[in-house]
Amino acid sequence: MANAQISYDIAHLIGATVLMAGFQLLYQRRLFAVLNTFAFQALALAAAAAWQAHIQHAPHLYVTAAIALVFKAMIVPIALHWLVEQLGIHRNVETAMSIGWTMMAGVALVALSILLVLPVTANATALTRESLALAMSVVLLGLLMMITRRNAVTQVVGFMALENGLILAAVSAKGMPLVVEISVAFSVLVAMTLFGIFFFRIRERFDTLDLADLETHRGDRQ
Amino acid sequence: MSAIAWQLLQIVLVVAVSPLITGWVRLVKSRLNGRIGASPFQPYRDIYRLLQKEAVVAHSASWIFRTAPYVTFGAVWLAACIVPAFTTNLFLAQAADLIALVALLGLARFWTALAGMDIGTSFGGLGASREMMIASLAEPAMLMVTFSLSLISGTTAPAQIIAFILSGGVGIEVSLGLALAALVMVAIAENGRIPIDNPATHLELTMVHEAMVLEYSGRHLALMEGAGMVRLTLFMALIGGLFAPWGMAQAGDGAVAVLVGLGAFLAKCFILATALGVFETSIAKMRVFRYADFLGGALLLGLLATIFLYVSEAV
Amino acid sequence: MLIAAALSALLALAVLGVAAGAEMWRHRLIYFCCMIASLVLLAGGIKHLGQTPGTGPAIVLPIGLPWLAAHFRLDNLSALFMVVVNLAAAATSAYGIGYCSHLPEPRRVTPFYPLFLFGMNAVLIADDAFMFLVAWEFMSLASWLLVLADHKNAENRHAAFVYLVMACFGTFCLLTCFGLMAGGEGAYSFPAMRAAKLDGVSGFLVVLLALLGAGSKAGLVPLHAWLPLAHPAAPSHVSALMSGVMTKVALYGLIRILFDLHGEVNWAWGAVMMVIGGITAVMGVLYAILQDDLKKLLAYSTVENIGVVMIGLGLAIAFKGSGEKTLAALALVAGLYHIVNHSIFKTLWFLSAGAVITATGERDLGKLGGLAKRMPWNGVAALVGALAIAALPPLNGFVSEWLIFQSLFKGPSLPHWAMKFGVPVVGAMLALAAALAAACFVRAYGIAFLGRPRSQAAAEAHQVPASMRLTVAFLAVMCVVLGAIPVTVTDALSHVVTPLTGVQFAVSADLGWPWLSPVSSTRGSYSGTVLVMTGLGLCAVTLMLARLLGTSRLRRADAWDCGHKEDIPQSQYTGQSFSQPLRRVFCASIFAARESVDMPDPGDNRPAELKVRVIDPIWVGLYATIGRAVDFIADLVNRIQYLTVRRYLLMMFTTLVLMLLVVAVRQNQ
Repeated sequence: MANAQISYDIAHLIGATVLMAGFQLLYQRRLFAVLNTFAFQALALAAAAAWQAHIQHAPHLYVTAAIALVFKAMIVPIALHWLVEQLGIHRNVETAMSIGWTMMAGVALVALSILLVLPVTANATALTRESLALAMSVVLLGLLMMITRRNAVTQVVGFMALENGLILAAVSAKGMPLVVEISVAFSVLVAMTLFGIFFFRIRERFDTLDLADLETHRGDRQ
Repeated sequence: MSAIAWQLLQIVLVVAVSPLITGWVRLVKSRLNGRIGASPFQPYRDIYRLLQKEAVVAHSASWIFRTAPYVTFGAVWLAACIVPAFTTNLFLAQAADLIALVALLGLARFWTALAGMDIGTSFGGLGASREMMIASLAEPAMLMVTFSLSLISGTTAPAQIIAFILSGGVGIEVSLGLALAALVMVAIAENGRIPIDNPATHLELTMVHEAMVLEYSGRHLALMEGAGMVRLTLFMALIGGLFAPWGMAQAGDGAVAVLVGLGAFLAKCFILATALGVFETSIAKMRVFRYADFLGGALLLGLLATIFLYVSEAV
Repeated sequence: MLIAAALSALLALAVLGVAAGAEMWRHRLIYFCCMIASLVLLAGGIKHLGQTPGTGPAIVLPIGLPWLAAHFRLDNLSALFMVVVNLAAAATSAYGIGYCSHLPEPRRVTPFYPLFLFGMNAVLIADDAFMFLVAWEFMSLASWLLVLADHKNAENRHAAFVYLVMACFGTFCLLTCFGLMAGGEGAYSFPAMRAAKLDGVSGFLVVLLALLGAGSKAGLVPLHAWLPLAHPAAPSHVSALMSGVMTKVALYGLIRILFDLHGEVNWAWGAVMMVIGGITAVMGVLYAILQDDLKKLLAYSTVENIGVVMIGLGLAIAFKGSGEKTLAALALVAGLYHIVNHSIFKTLWFLSAGAVITATGERDLGKLGGLAKRMPWNGVAALVGALAIAALPPLNGFVSEWLIFQSLFKGPSLPHWAMKFGVPVVGAMLALAAALAAACFVRAYGIAFLGRPRSQAAAEAHQVPASMRLTVAFLAVMCVVLGAIPVTVTDALSHVVTPLTGVQFAVSADLGWPWLSPVSSTRGSYSGTVLVMTGLGLCAVTLMLARLLGTSRLRRADAWDCGHKEDIPQSQYTGQSFSQPLRRVFCASIFAARESVDMPDPGDNRPAELKVRVIDPIWVGLYATIGRAVDFIADLVNRIQYLTVRRYLLMMFTTLVLMLLVVAVRQNQ
């Protein structure tokens, strides 16, 4: 039993690393740093999945880990890196809210997810509760990143951080079928491709990636 | 009785080894920079040399300036005596807890900052102002770390916390990890290490701690530098003791256990000092107004560490 | 009975004060007598501090309302506050002996000063609501007159006006609060109120009104707006009383109502009070950091400390409401300890500010500097006070904050989720406030007392009269003593707490005298006594080692300053520049602090200027809005003034008919 306890503790520690990477994403001010942090988060996610595969004796989770490692920790960041270089926008992350306040909001969101998870899982064990709280926090932090960053690239990263949270929840719960994971992974890839095309279109049309500038082009505004 | 004996040993130990630890960090940094570097025992010689020199004091200095080295060194030394380095069986362990530890370091900083302002130079004021800004976030962060540790172990006394962890009462908690991260960030700030402050710089616009002690010379400077070294040892003992308490002797243990504890303490300091040297070499100093984000992050980590205890049923 | 005599003496002194005239020795004599009266009251308070609960002397005087004689009683809580009030009052009176001749118009101060002391003491011993409110008004109006002492200054008149409005608001709230507790039968005596049971709604309203009424007097954010205006406007020894003591009398009212008269306050109020306390503490200290006026800075620091006390009181209510009586007692002891401490160190600092103003005529930090050398007594005493306010060991401020932290750390053991999540946040706020207070007082002390003089007046500062020096020295000694023997203090406080929480409690139960161990010996302990001894020992060893290993030669020279030669003192850091990093970090969003540089064009000779803009969110958001609303309503009502007689008659007639209608409807129900 003590052994199982330690395995779960390690699982939670890796989950917490994913969460910390989520906070790091909010903290970074440079686009490249954001991308590196995102790669680190995906790496931690891969580790989490692999560890879950190990302790649940579920080999299919190794596949999830591999997908996270290859796609999210390598291909996506490298692609986005290339994109950012192409666009020449590698300097600052434009924030809609100061970093201090964003992080405070982040902590409030974590507290909120803990509060939400506790009554829902009153019958579940502490182990599930903690994983769920972690995963939910990661999802909410991803959302927060999407709404507090003006730059489209950071919004994409926020969106994918959100996906990381979903996958973290999925690997922590026992018996999730592989199909879903692959589809999730592919949706990320598709989303990235779409966003990539989208960036170029925005750039071509308006010469900026700041979404605030797009507001002036809305039809309903005079 | 043994508590008093071990306490005396610790009082001597922290002062005796801290120049070596600082010397080791400097050596690691020199080697990583491709220099041969001075011997790790160089700080002992430096301090002795400074003690031999006459102290030069500005005309405008008041008694605050002249008492500051003694008060600062005394307060930091006292703080370092509270943190169990090799045994939890210390006489002073009950006289002060982690909150008092934070406050003792605060006392040293308060007096140093005043000394910085005493001469009436712009650099002194600059250093004092920035130091207090850093402290205004680092201190709460450390108190939040204390909060989460006290929730886990039910006590704020470092010796009791270590005894609790050693007794196996706690597993690998997420909260402990978060608290460790926060404490490391605080330690970096409190010791004026990169990325917050550069202990080696004398470039006017970037220095913080150095700016406050700019006017010191002779024995005063020796004590100020010595206080910095003891503070570094203190934080290593604290981090090593709270988060890796293995080898620590406890109440009722004999001399052999204490010897093991001493060895473990020195080994931990060696590892942490090497890690610090590597970390400092591999990272750049931040801009002054990024400190707030960095230390605010530490504060929030401390808060998260507390909140996370509720899910893991530790409370 | 000595207490009654001393109080009557204070009233008589007020009358004599009117007759004091221009001769300074009479004023001095009156202050001296005030000091004696305060010392008598102090002795009385100490004597009754440890009495068995419920045995305090009581007296009924046939004055006041026809059906209600005036009840007075000195129970343990009153005795404690009597000690708090009169310790500071004795010091300020002694200070006044020397200080009164430096006032511009002593005749406008001397008569009201004993009256103010009388009012505060009478609040403490009142045992019925009527006397309580009368004494409360005595206290408010006497202090209002003292704020107006220097009435030629338009700023002071404005301060007094704001103060009067807020005092009226506070008294109104307390009046309604007592009315609700007295119930339909009008049982205005405190024992009757204690016995009465409150129903849900009135219980809620009583707490709310008590918080508004006493809170506005104590200076809780957002009801603090008058405090930093009024406290600095009064002469310094009165400022010391208002900040150090009157706010405590307000907290006495709050404690009396919430812990004694009401008795069964819901735990959720505790949570509310803690959050208010946390916000008050952080906002108060941030305001203080932005101030350049020394006395304003101190007044805002009072706001901060009231917030700290509120955290302790709120925690006590939360514990008490959840049945954790021992922890409630601990939190209450912590709050009371901080009340005692703050009354001492804030009095000390206001008196030091008075000495600075006497010596230099300046209270702007930007024009002070180097006073520690020119005024050594005040330099040392103010440093002790600064260390105490910054909650640094081994002084008293640290002990009370330590106790508050210890009780906060037990907060998550409460079953309510609001507390579990709220307590760490409030803890972070308290820690932030404590650290910022240290920064604030490094700034205040460092700019005013250290460095080089920034003006001619500061360079020519002179020592102040002996009575002014001795009092600050006395208060500084008190700071050290209360910090070095904390257990003696907590033992005295536990007598006060026992009847309020219903539990026998000792903070040092486990380890005995010099060890403060709130929960048990293994749960964190502190001993100021041992720490002081060891610390002094280590400092002495340091000194000896430095002498032994090195030389004791010392040479005076010019400051090195990285090779710069700075002759003009204006090149030093000023208060504004010191607070700049903190302003940028903490005040950019809360106070919308912005800096702009006004750089003249080439060829233009005027100096460049750095402008700092700070917007007080509470004044602009709350008070200015209320002010506009009042103006708007006044404009509306104003129109009624210009009607014809026929219309006025119509209005009266309509009102009459409506009233009759109400009566008719009610009779037929």
